Amino acid sequence: MRIIGYVCSHAGYPAADLAGEEGRRYSPDVVLIRLPCLGRLDVLHVLKDFRQGADAVFIAGCLEGNCHHHYGNFEARKRVDQAKAILDALGLGGKRVEMFHVASNQGLRFKEIADIMAERAKELGPNPLGGRE
Amino acid sequence: MIIGEQKPLKEICEMLEGHKRILVAGCRSCVAICLAGGEKEVGVLAESLRIHSDLTGNGWEISEYTTERQCEKEWVAELKDLVAKSDAVVSIACGVGAQAVQAMYPTVRVLPGLNTSNMGAPEEPGVFMEKCGGCGDCVLHLTGGICPIVRCAKSLLNGPCGGSQNGMCEIGHDTPCAWEQIYRSLKQLGRLDLIEKPIPPKNWIPSRSGGPRRIVRPEAVMTKEEKEAGR
Repeated sequence: MRIIGYVCSHAGYPAADLAGEEGRRYSPDVVLIRLPCLGRLDVLHVLKDFRQGADAVFIAGCLEGNCHHHYGNFEARKRVDQAKAILDALGLGGKRVEMFHVASNQGLRFKEIADIMAERAKELGPNPLGGRE
Repeated sequence: MIIGEQKPLKEICEMLEGHKRILVAGCRSCVAICLAGGEKEVGVLAESLRIHSDLTGNGWEISEYTTERQCEKEWVAELKDLVAKSDAVVSIACGVGAQAVQAMYPTVRVLPGLNTSNMGAPEEPGVFMEKCGGCGDCVLHLTGGICPIVRCAKSLLNGPCGGSQNGMCEIGHDTPCAWEQIYRSLKQLGRLDLIEKPIPPKNWIPSRSGGPRRIVRPEAVMTKEEKEAGR
């Protein structure tokens, strides 16, 4: 399995870091991509991930109303909705991508997010495009 | 600017059946502003088509290019090499752009990836509103800079109908009554006298009669001698 997680520098990444410091275990298939802010996320990033074989993609950033850059997390949510619609139209399934909110001091929550997506990727089965590029 | 929105992906994929080498062509002008056919949307559509191709195994080869303006021959000429390698072009410019590409490359099928809607402007990020009907006989000088032809659901020229309530049109609560807006605009301009001036029945001849409309600016038309000298 390959699960891509986009995390912001102010919440998602520190939460992942904390999960590591706390010794919390989650799927080794999760690969994190750190963005300065989730507002940078583009639907094209998500589509390229799936074309290159990702089984699931999650986006984890600041709690609602608490974005370091005011509304980058809300921007990301709209991109995620857009990606879901495209993946549904293509038949890959919009459920393969999901948006989560997490605070920098929530290591446990980060582990839960990684577990949720690992479980979902397992349920949905491998991406039919896996291993193409 | 011209406003449009992308056709559903399924419809675009169906149009492309039977083709192999596909160029997705966008435009950096109006349709880029309305987030329907600019460079970014070209990238997303091209990637979506690649995924569709990989999933169905139909072997599409997708290339992408965005011109500055797809409605002008000078910019459409940039597509020459890519079109030569393609057997279909999906244009996500407006209908004018798609036709310009087809006219310039008549041996390759040009398919519209966009539904062209209207002439309008952004109201706020992501919201685009029709503002001009291109009727060819402008009355904005009498109506406080607000077009009654397209912004009034009934295209009334001499005041509101009985259906407006609290400043909104009866067709929907998100549509302001154009004549309420006209009244407020003229009041602000100190020209409420204009609202009492009857606008006579409109001359629709410059609008939709007589086929495609053509405007000629003689000072810009190249003479025979100029054309010969330029060869």
